[in-house]
Amino acid sequence: MEQSTGASRDSGVTATPVEHGPETTGRSQRDGYRGLQLGLTVLRIGPLLILLAVAVALSFLSPFFLTTRNLGNVMAATAAIAVLSLGQLLVILTRGIDLSVGSTLALASVVGALVFTTVDSGPVVILAMLATGLLVGTVNGIVYVKGRLPHPFIITLAMLSIARGLALWLSGGQPIRGMPPVVDSIGGGSIGWFPVSAILILGIAFLVFVLTTRIVWGRWIYAVGGNPEAARRTGIPVNKVLISVYVLSGLMAGVAGIITAGRLDAGSPTFGELAELDSIAAVVIGGASFLGGRGNVLNALVGAVMIGVIRNGMNLLAVDAFFQLIIIGVVIVLAVEADVLRGHLEDRFRVFEAARS
Amino acid sequence: MTSVTAVPALAVRGATKRFGAVLALDGVDLEVHRGQVVALLGDNGAGKSTLIKCISGVHQLDDGVIEMDGLPTAIHSPAQARDLGIETVYQDLALFDNLGPAANFYAGREAAGPRWLPTWLRVLDRKGMASRTTELLDRLQVGLPDMSSQVGLLSGGQRQAVAVARAAAFASKVVILDEPTAALGLRESRRVLDLINRLRERDHAVIVISHALDHVMDIADRAVVLRRGRKVGEEVPTRENQQRIVSLIVGGEG
Repeated sequence: MEQSTGASRDSGVTATPVEHGPETTGRSQRDGYRGLQLGLTVLRIGPLLILLAVAVALSFLSPFFLTTRNLGNVMAATAAIAVLSLGQLLVILTRGIDLSVGSTLALASVVGALVFTTVDSGPVVILAMLATGLLVGTVNGIVYVKGRLPHPFIITLAMLSIARGLALWLSGGQPIRGMPPVVDSIGGGSIGWFPVSAILILGIAFLVFVLTTRIVWGRWIYAVGGNPEAARRTGIPVNKVLISVYVLSGLMAGVAGIITAGRLDAGSPTFGELAELDSIAAVVIGGASFLGGRGNVLNALVGAVMIGVIRNGMNLLAVDAFFQLIIIGVVIVLAVEADVLRGHLEDRFRVFEAARS
Repeated sequence: MTSVTAVPALAVRGATKRFGAVLALDGVDLEVHRGQVVALLGDNGAGKSTLIKCISGVHQLDDGVIEMDGLPTAIHSPAQARDLGIETVYQDLALFDNLGPAANFYAGREAAGPRWLPTWLRVLDRKGMASRTTELLDRLQVGLPDMSSQVGLLSGGQRQAVAVARAAAFASKVVILDEPTAALGLRESRRVLDLINRLRERDHAVIVISHALDHVMDIADRAVVLRRGRKVGEEVPTRENQQRIVSLIVGGEG
């Protein structure tokens, strides 16, 4: 009797079509198994749950939080981080890191502003900024892969310095005022209360979502992150995939440059300082693993929005800006701990799996 | 049904391989027919892995020939070996723990379209890959708890089964297994051995490297013993000649 209840409980919970061998596991193990599955599921959707909890809490604490005007502000302020984190996600999926995106953002804005001083064309300015990001990303990827560097940390750290230096040199260290109207409306415009930049981000996020879940190239990105050696052996063009994620990350930095320049109607060598850390934080808060191969677009966006919401909420509550840094740091630690906990639960899960089969 | 035909699916004749001054393989012969499991035995450094790697295209022979279905064939790369219908499951399994069984099956050869797009831009045929993977795992009687969960959440035996099934799915001729039961417990080993038997029933030619002699007795039709790069014996493994095989492996006078 004990056995039959065990079996039915099991099939109800895990929808296991194939049962092997005699039923040997007891009730407590079944509960443990179910608990593990529940825990893993919660961790998977955890970032979204936490974001909702924070939003609900803020809506009680501040009457302004849920106003359309404030939400529009949050989105516009988060847009640049969000697009950077989409690029950063692709890089982190392959076990990499891109420290150069903040500087690249600044360089792109300066290049755009300089182009605008000689060519009065919105599309040309936009193309110049995108090309700047693309170029920086390509250099990152090629030097990392062809230079056989052990880790992308160093090359992108070098590029953080190089791109910022270039931006300062090209601009003479000063902000350059003026952006074409189309750039201004991308970065600062809105439809009703909904920022144009947020629409752009949703569009790009959708494209990255399609890439990562529906396209062969995206599947290869996950495969390279999951097991580079096996990817090589199965004939996946590992080097090209690695270069491609840095190219895309650079391109996203170019887009972030457009958004930031448009929002402030200027190009400046000081834009995007520490933005690389925000983008990494967003991806990590979104549950992506530094060990590669884990993470998705929705959660990365949630991570970016979480950073934006926490900053906004603390401004509304008039919390000292110093505390914002502390709180975001604590959130990062919690997110990483959640990842460690997930690894631990998965180990336990495997043991159960071996015992059950 | 089992067609142990006159022409072997894979034959290696006079295989010789040097690494500098070391003679890793010295005129080794090996034949595997369809529907046959051949065990490759030998102590560490006997040349088993070198032989396997020459067949799977990782190394090239210095001397000797490899014949596929009786035709002399040069194998220059792992990709070429796969194209010829030879799949190898190494000890590390080469699985992607972050992906599901179907993605693992098709890694690097994803079913996708449309054809006019370059391969990397094609749209994955996710349903097709999932259903064919399920079908194949069912046919090989590999039961997985959840077809959508990542391979990293499976037990050691289930992971081994996925890797073996993947090899079987794409190998039109030869499946090579390197120590398939080395990391497994008793029950899970049993499962993998059953799986190897089913590969034989499905007319694959199978080469198994194993140190576990009782497993070899269970599944292998023939056992080829290597010692210091030479073939020192070929036996039909039974309980009776187990001692003799052991002495062939270690080099005692048997």
